[in-house]
Amino acid sequence: MELTNENVLGKIISQFGEDNIWDAFSPDGIMTITTNRETIHDLIQYLRDDKELQISFLTTMCGIHYPGQGDKEMCMMYQLHSLRHNYRIRIKVFMPASDPVMPTMTDLYATANWMEREAFDFYGFKFLGHPNLTRILNIEEMEYHPMLKQYPLEDQTREDKIDTYFGR
Amino acid sequence: MATENKTAELTELEQFRKDHGLALTDEQPLTTLNLGPTHPATHGIFQNILQMDGEKIVDAVPTIGYIHRAFEKIAERRPFYQITPLTDRMNYCSSPINNMGYHMTVEKLLGITVPKRAQYIRVIMMELARISDHLICNSILGVDSGAFTGFLYVMQEREHIYDIYEEVCGARLTTNMGRIGGMERDLSPKALHLIDEFLKRFPKVWAEFEKMLTRNRIFVDRTTDVGAISAERALSYGFTGPNLRATGVDYDVRVMNPYSSYEDFEFEIPVGSKGDTYDRFLVRNEEVWQSLKIIEQAYKNLPEGSFHADAPHYYLPPKKDVYTSMEALIYHFKIVMGEADIPVGEVYHSVEGGNGELGFYLISDGGRTPYRLHFRRPCFIYYQAYTEMIKGGQLADAILTLSSLNVIAGELDA
Repeated sequence: MELTNENVLGKIISQFGEDNIWDAFSPDGIMTITTNRETIHDLIQYLRDDKELQISFLTTMCGIHYPGQGDKEMCMMYQLHSLRHNYRIRIKVFMPASDPVMPTMTDLYATANWMEREAFDFYGFKFLGHPNLTRILNIEEMEYHPMLKQYPLEDQTREDKIDTYFGR
Repeated sequence: MATENKTAELTELEQFRKDHGLALTDEQPLTTLNLGPTHPATHGIFQNILQMDGEKIVDAVPTIGYIHRAFEKIAERRPFYQITPLTDRMNYCSSPINNMGYHMTVEKLLGITVPKRAQYIRVIMMELARISDHLICNSILGVDSGAFTGFLYVMQEREHIYDIYEEVCGARLTTNMGRIGGMERDLSPKALHLIDEFLKRFPKVWAEFEKMLTRNRIFVDRTTDVGAISAERALSYGFTGPNLRATGVDYDVRVMNPYSSYEDFEFEIPVGSKGDTYDRFLVRNEEVWQSLKIIEQAYKNLPEGSFHADAPHYYLPPKKDVYTSMEALIYHFKIVMGEADIPVGEVYHSVEGGNGELGFYLISDGGRTPYRLHFRRPCFIYYQAYTEMIKGGQLADAILTLSSLNVIAGELDA
C-alpha cells in the first residue's frame, strides 16, 4: 500500500477516533496532526507496529513555546519517518504551561532518551517514566529552562544596546 | 586516578560478569576511570566515566554539553540570513553541507526555486565537504589504531579542499558559503581549475591511503567486531548516514528525498553488514569514491545560467547596483536590516550531512526571525548509543569506536 496523507489519516482516525485526532494539515507536504497526551504513546506505538504503515523511525522531537495561549501554550512535536514507504508524519501535542507532563517514548525508541532530556532541559517538559530525566546540555545548577520565550537572549537591562527601530 | 568502587547493585553486576566471563566481585573490585573531557584520543570534548573491570568496560556514563552555545535560542533572535554562520559551527568538518541545508530550508519556506547551475555548484561543494569529513574520520581512525602516516598524508588533500572553499567563498573552515537563493558568486576560473586538479590528483592519494589500511592485518584485527551494533538497535537509536549504512540499512537522504538535483547523478550507496568499526571505515572509504563520482559528473555537466535565483526580495543585489539604483538600494537595506517579508509557515528539510540526516525544522510566524528553529543533529542522536556499543569491550576499543562514529563535538552540543 502506498502511503498518502489521506489514507494514513483515515487509518489513524479509524483507530483512535475523531475525538483524539484533530487539526490535520500539511504545511510543507508533511502531514501534521494534533493529538492529546492520553493518545500520543499509543499512537506512536500503533504507527510503529502496524504492518501496513511501518512508520518506525523517530526522526526528531522538539518542544515549542507559544506564550499566552492558555491550554495551548506548550507544544511537543514528534516527527516520524517510514523508511519502508518514505513517508513522514508530524504529530503535535499541546498542553498548558502549568502542567507540561508527557508520557515517555523511551520504551518505544531508544533515541527518545536524549531527545526528551533535551526537551526537559530547554523547556521543562516532564516525561513520565523516563529513566534519567536530567539536564543534558546546560549545567545542572541552572534554575530555569532557557528556551522559554520569557527569557530573552541578551540582558534586557543593558542601555548601550537599545535599538528600538528594529525591535531589539 | 583510579579509585575503588564497591557498587551496591551486585545482582545486576554479577549477571553482567557472568555474561562476559569476568571475575567475580570479591576477587577484583571495579575501577572508576575518567575518560575525557579533554584528551587527545577523544577528538573533541566528551567526558565518559567508565566502570572498568580490569581492561573491560562494565558501564559508561557520558556527559555532554561542554561546548553548548545555545544555537537554537540565538537563532530565535537573528534575521534569517544571519543564522548561516551558526550552522557552520555545528559540524565544522563539513560546514558547507550545513550552510546549504539551512539555505534550502529557508528557500523551501519562501518558495524559491534555485537555478540548475547553482544547484550543481552546491552539489560540488557539498560533496567536497563530505570527502573532507570522511577523510578526517578515517585517517583519525588510523591514528588511534597506531598508523599516523596516512593522517598527515590525506590532511594535505583537506588543505586542497579548503583552498577550493577559499576561492569559492573566501573562508576555509567556517565557510558561511552561499546565500538564501543561490551562491554569492559564480565559480571563478581559478576555482574550476582547482576542482579539476583535485579530481585528477585525489584518486591516487585515496587509493594509496586505502591500500595502507584496508587490508592491513593489524588494522583489520583491531577494528573487526569492535563497537558493533545491529541494524535494529541502530534504527531504534535513530542512526543515519554512514553509521547506519554500515549496519546494512541503505537509507540515504540524497536518494530517498533528493534535493539540489541529486536525482541527476549516478552513484551508489555503499552498505556494510555487521555495523562494526571496520564496516564503518569501509563504508566511508567507498562513500569518498562515490562523492568523487558525483563531483566529476557535476563538474562535467555544469549547466550554464545564473548562480542565484531571481528573488530580489531575499537575495542581495550586486554591490555596484546598490550605489546606482534606487530599487537595489532599498532591497539591500531591507535584507541587511532583516526586514525582508518572510511568509508564515512551517517546514522541515533534511540533507545528508557528513554523519547522517541533518534536519532543519523551521517555524516562521512572519517575523524578522524564525519563531523556532530546531536542528536535527545526527551526532547528538547517535552518540547516546555509545554506552551500549562499548560495554563489554576494552578501553582501547572504546577509543576506536568513538573515532569511527565520527562524533563532532560542535554538532553534538550545538
